[in-house]
Amino acid sequence: MTVYLVRRLIQALFVVLAMSLIVFVGVYAIGDPVEILISPDADQIERERAVKALGLDLPLWEQYLVFLGNAVQGNLGRSFVFNEPALKLILQRMPATLELAFGATFLALLVGLPLGLYAGLRPNAQASKTIMAGSILGFSLPTFWVGLMLIMVFAVQLGWLPSTGRGETCSVLGFVGITSCSSGMQWSFLTWDGLAHMTMPTVNLALFKISLVIRLTRAGVRETMLMDYVKFARAKGLSPARVTFVHVFKNIMIPVVTVVGLELGSTIAFSVVTESVFAWPGMGKLIIDSINVLDRPVIVAYLMIIVLMFITINLVVDLTYSMLDPRVRLENKGT
Amino acid sequence: MKANVGRRLAVAATVAVTGLALSAAQVTAQTATMAVGAPVTSLDPHYHQLSPNNAVADTIFERLVNTDNRARMVPGLATEWRVVEPTVWEFKLRPNVRFHNGNAFTAEDVAFTLARLPNVPNSPSSFAAYSRPIARVEIVDPLTIRFHTTAPYPLLPLDMTNVRIIDKETAENATTDDFNALRAAVGTGSYRAVSHRNGDRIEFERFDPYWGERAPFQRVNYRMITNDAARTAALLAGDVDLIDQVPTSDLTNLRRNAGVRLYETVGLRLVFLGLDFMRAANENSPFITDNDGKPLGRNPLQDVRVRQALSMAIDRRAIVERIMEGAAVPANQFLPEGVFGYVANLAAATYDPDGAKRLLTEAGYPNGFRITLNGPNDRYINDSRIIQAIGQMWTRIGVRTAVEAQPWTTFVGRAGRQEYSAFLIGWGSNPDGSHPLRNIMATVNRDRGWGSSNRGRYSNPQVDALLLQSLGEMDEAKREQQVIEGMRVAMTDVGVIPLHIQTNIWAARRGFEFTARNDELTRAQDLRPAAR
Repeated sequence: MTVYLVRRLIQALFVVLAMSLIVFVGVYAIGDPVEILISPDADQIERERAVKALGLDLPLWEQYLVFLGNAVQGNLGRSFVFNEPALKLILQRMPATLELAFGATFLALLVGLPLGLYAGLRPNAQASKTIMAGSILGFSLPTFWVGLMLIMVFAVQLGWLPSTGRGETCSVLGFVGITSCSSGMQWSFLTWDGLAHMTMPTVNLALFKISLVIRLTRAGVRETMLMDYVKFARAKGLSPARVTFVHVFKNIMIPVVTVVGLELGSTIAFSVVTESVFAWPGMGKLIIDSINVLDRPVIVAYLMIIVLMFITINLVVDLTYSMLDPRVRLENKGT
Repeated sequence: MKANVGRRLAVAATVAVTGLALSAAQVTAQTATMAVGAPVTSLDPHYHQLSPNNAVADTIFERLVNTDNRARMVPGLATEWRVVEPTVWEFKLRPNVRFHNGNAFTAEDVAFTLARLPNVPNSPSSFAAYSRPIARVEIVDPLTIRFHTTAPYPLLPLDMTNVRIIDKETAENATTDDFNALRAAVGTGSYRAVSHRNGDRIEFERFDPYWGERAPFQRVNYRMITNDAARTAALLAGDVDLIDQVPTSDLTNLRRNAGVRLYETVGLRLVFLGLDFMRAANENSPFITDNDGKPLGRNPLQDVRVRQALSMAIDRRAIVERIMEGAAVPANQFLPEGVFGYVANLAAATYDPDGAKRLLTEAGYPNGFRITLNGPNDRYINDSRIIQAIGQMWTRIGVRTAVEAQPWTTFVGRAGRQEYSAFLIGWGSNPDGSHPLRNIMATVNRDRGWGSSNRGRYSNPQVDALLLQSLGEMDEAKREQQVIEGMRVAMTDVGVIPLHIQTNIWAARRGFEFTARNDELTRAQDLRPAAR
């Protein structure tokens, strides 16, 4: 187990390093941040000052070494645009994105698993066919359009929910009354107003995932139901509930866990469309805005964090496998 | 593309139902919410020279010389200013002005502010240029300040319209972070900032001891909604009371909506075509070939007749009406009428394809040539569609045009390296003809700081001479004549091909009124409850 973890960690380090180099060079190749950030009437003297101020006067390899040196000390650079540490900017926006991503994933499992299970157990029922048809819609409707439709119906027409933005927020400690609401990491699921603002973007993000979970679950159930051990369990006279929820359910969870894990990662990293439609101040919007102005420190820091996150999620997924299926032994994989 | 379709569908359907939603919503006179399309990156008024930042800075802070909604200079924190000697300007400061923390506003604050301009660490685009002409600041008394310049400098009051005054005591050692965290965001404006979430929203509260007109609302929420469709939807849903940068595709529907009113004014941003003047008449321009795709051996753009022909081939009215949905005015120069330096009797840019063909024949291109027109696709309103239209118009007179649009991030660097033959770009002017003249039409000159955005490398000694004269001319009437003359020469010589000046458009819900500004700034103090 330890050997396995250490190996994974070293791998992770290399991936992060490679990533930072690729992004660093990539952003450099796109264009010159100074051209974009500087006021167009700035004269030559001002341009030279700005280039120097942003550390862009050094050759690229030197800029990269400076960056690496700082990164080792936990400093991923200051944003060209905001003049704040890139890491701080990203962490400030992280709660907003995390709560959307986790909310959507939770919703996907909450709705998708039961529906998928039902559709798998009763493939010929009318309700199952409806569920499956619905899941196709969930797959194929573009997020952008669904988002706008949600706004139109629930905010503009019915006026039930606020159209955009993040509502009131509160810190966890503030919620339980230890500190004030406005200090610490800000979460909106702790206030009613925040929840109201969260509803539409979460549903919008969840729609695709719900469909995915439904389909995966259904396929798994259909396949597993025909397995010998299920037949045997039935023959032994176990109750249908026990057969379904212990024998079948546990076995279909492996693909579901893999996919949901990856989906969670990509939602956290790239829920750009939903965040911009709902003006949700999360990380996705930050990265798009940063790319548009070539704010290299933020782009590099962001992608490094994302790589780390994906590596962590994969690790958690692997660990979950071994819990779900005793046949998967991590030590064997590691050696 | 998908985004566009989605937006249209959404808007089409929304407009049908909004009348109801809007009339149902109650207007509370004490709080207003406005949504802007471009993110504000900092509350430090001297950190980044950027319109969205300037708009917010203008709400919290004030300038010695203000500009009104028509970009005319009006007294701000200075009540009057005059030339004492050719190299000395004197500003009389407004008495009884208080900062948000109660401190009195004095000449010390002005001197401190000017000293800070070149010393804002990490600034990607500083305000240093506005203090550079000033050799020495002399405080005559707490309410009188003199600026000594090395040479006569007529533009000093105009420069002062770009400098927001901060409180010396608060900001003595303040960093940009301190401004963002509101500790140092202490100005003299009619609103003060009470909360700031970077890139998301700023909240303002009325500053009661303000010296001038009382702020109309107790609180203003200033939100950033960068997505066009979402911004319009937020207005229609009644979540926000005002939006800026109304997308042109929504204009027709919003105009018909009784619950919404549009506030429009012609702006100061010209969209134009830059041309390659870098290659001499006997050199090849990178994106021009003969009709068989072979090098031409000369740069046709060096011939004024070719440039005139290309300008005459463009149907500006069609572009404005069909592509811009009326949200622009056809232009023959940089500034709109009424602004200092507007050339009144300059021939209008008329559409004349036959005349254009004749000129091409005269210039020795009876069968035209091939050219690629480059441009950004995410920068100016409808930019990529405009160059497509121009491509067709040019092809019609025999100049077979290919069109290439790309993201601003890659486009602007290449344009700056003179890699294009013809390209679309825009310019937001300060309200003074010398500003575009100096930055775009003047020969690039490092020592003078000229031609900073002269990406085509246009150079005309006559223009340079007139500009140089005007920059040392302390008599405003004479100076304006020189600027007008310089602009006339540059435009007659077709140094750039002007297309149109964009209209700035805001949309407010019924019950609110907004003062549209031609400098594009969306400021909290310009939003009021409608008079009943």
